[in-house]
Amino acid sequence: MTALVLRELRLAAAAGSALLPLVFFLLVAALFPFAVGPDAPLLARTGGGALWMAALLAALLPVDRLVEPDRAAGVLDQLAVRGISEEIVAAAKLAGHWLSFGPPLMLAAVPAAALMKLPADILLRLELGLLAGTPGLAALTLIVAALTAGLRGTGALAGLLLLPLAVPLLIFGAGMTGEAGGPGAAKLLAAASLLLVALAPFAAGAAIRAARD
Amino acid sequence: MSATLLRMERVACLRGGRRLFEGLDLCLREGGALLVSGPNGAGKSSLLRIAAGLLAAAAGRVERPGAAALADESLALDPRQTLARALGFWARLDQGDAAQAMASMGLAALADVPVRMLSTGQRKRAALARVAASGAPLWLLDEPANGLDSEGLERLADAMAAHRAGGGAILAASHPPLPLPGAERLALG
Repeated sequence: MTALVLRELRLAAAAGSALLPLVFFLLVAALFPFAVGPDAPLLARTGGGALWMAALLAALLPVDRLVEPDRAAGVLDQLAVRGISEEIVAAAKLAGHWLSFGPPLMLAAVPAAALMKLPADILLRLELGLLAGTPGLAALTLIVAALTAGLRGTGALAGLLLLPLAVPLLIFGAGMTGEAGGPGAAKLLAAASLLLVALAPFAAGAAIRAARD
Repeated sequence: MSATLLRMERVACLRGGRRLFEGLDLCLREGGALLVSGPNGAGKSSLLRIAAGLLAAAAGRVERPGAAALADESLALDPRQTLARALGFWARLDQGDAAQAMASMGLAALADVPVRMLSTGQRKRAALARVAASGAPLWLLDEPANGLDSEGLERLADAMAAHRAGGGAILAASHPPLPLPGAERLALG
């Protein structure tokens, strides 16, 4: 299991693809004030939601490299021949994907919040929300990646599958950064994220098995 | 009495609604070898995947008490890594010796070459080295001679002989004849 997680981290680092979501996230944060205008109170009010939107889209970026290359190269078959269950493989992929994407995104949220002129207390709530929510985003990405592995032109399909499922995370995550944001939204965000994380290894594992036939 | 490494009874295989074969019986014991032949699409690769547990048999019973190692058309080595590291990943999972397996397939000089630079024959050798390093008693080889030169064929023959002498068994599917002395034969299709 450790070897598998390390392999995921190495793959993420080797492709430079761990950097891509971060750059995307920061670009959105940099562009958003241009679109809305340099109105500090307005930016502070909408910035949290915009950053959550950016985080959601950034999570979608690595969807085509999570499962499909391993399926095509026969790595998933070789792991199965060794008696390693698809659920373990999926759990390792989930852990590796979150480690390569969640903590860096939380770091990037600091300069992004500065670009949005978010006050310190909202930044704190955004960071806590990302801590609770990014595992859920990673789980969703993994499920969708496993479901679309082996299909052609998966980019748009993956987006169509993932974005509606991410609605609870988006509502509660952005809700945490709003004026009314409080412990209620945080608890619901954590609950939604936990549910997705618990579900993902089984859903993705079943999808990997089904894709084999 | 040597132990059975693979036993199939009345096995049938359905692919995409077509019946490839049915009522297939086979038994592989320690030191044994079975060479599967048949025209393209007869179900040779499917038989190997059933033996590996990657495909469910449509009917019948498959018994495989020990581990198996599969070399099929997909290499399963990270193209960006050097050969030694890519093989080392699997060898660590299997607690095998990648360096020795690479030497046995004549790949020692390529240890630091990235997998994506390897030629067809070198890839085949690498896949065979992955099997050799696995330490699994049952080898499942799909067209192991494809792309190998005469020296590679000799090394394959030596590796297979050593594996059988050590109590292993081999189930191979191949069009060209394989150097498997005393192997049983099974014709599909």
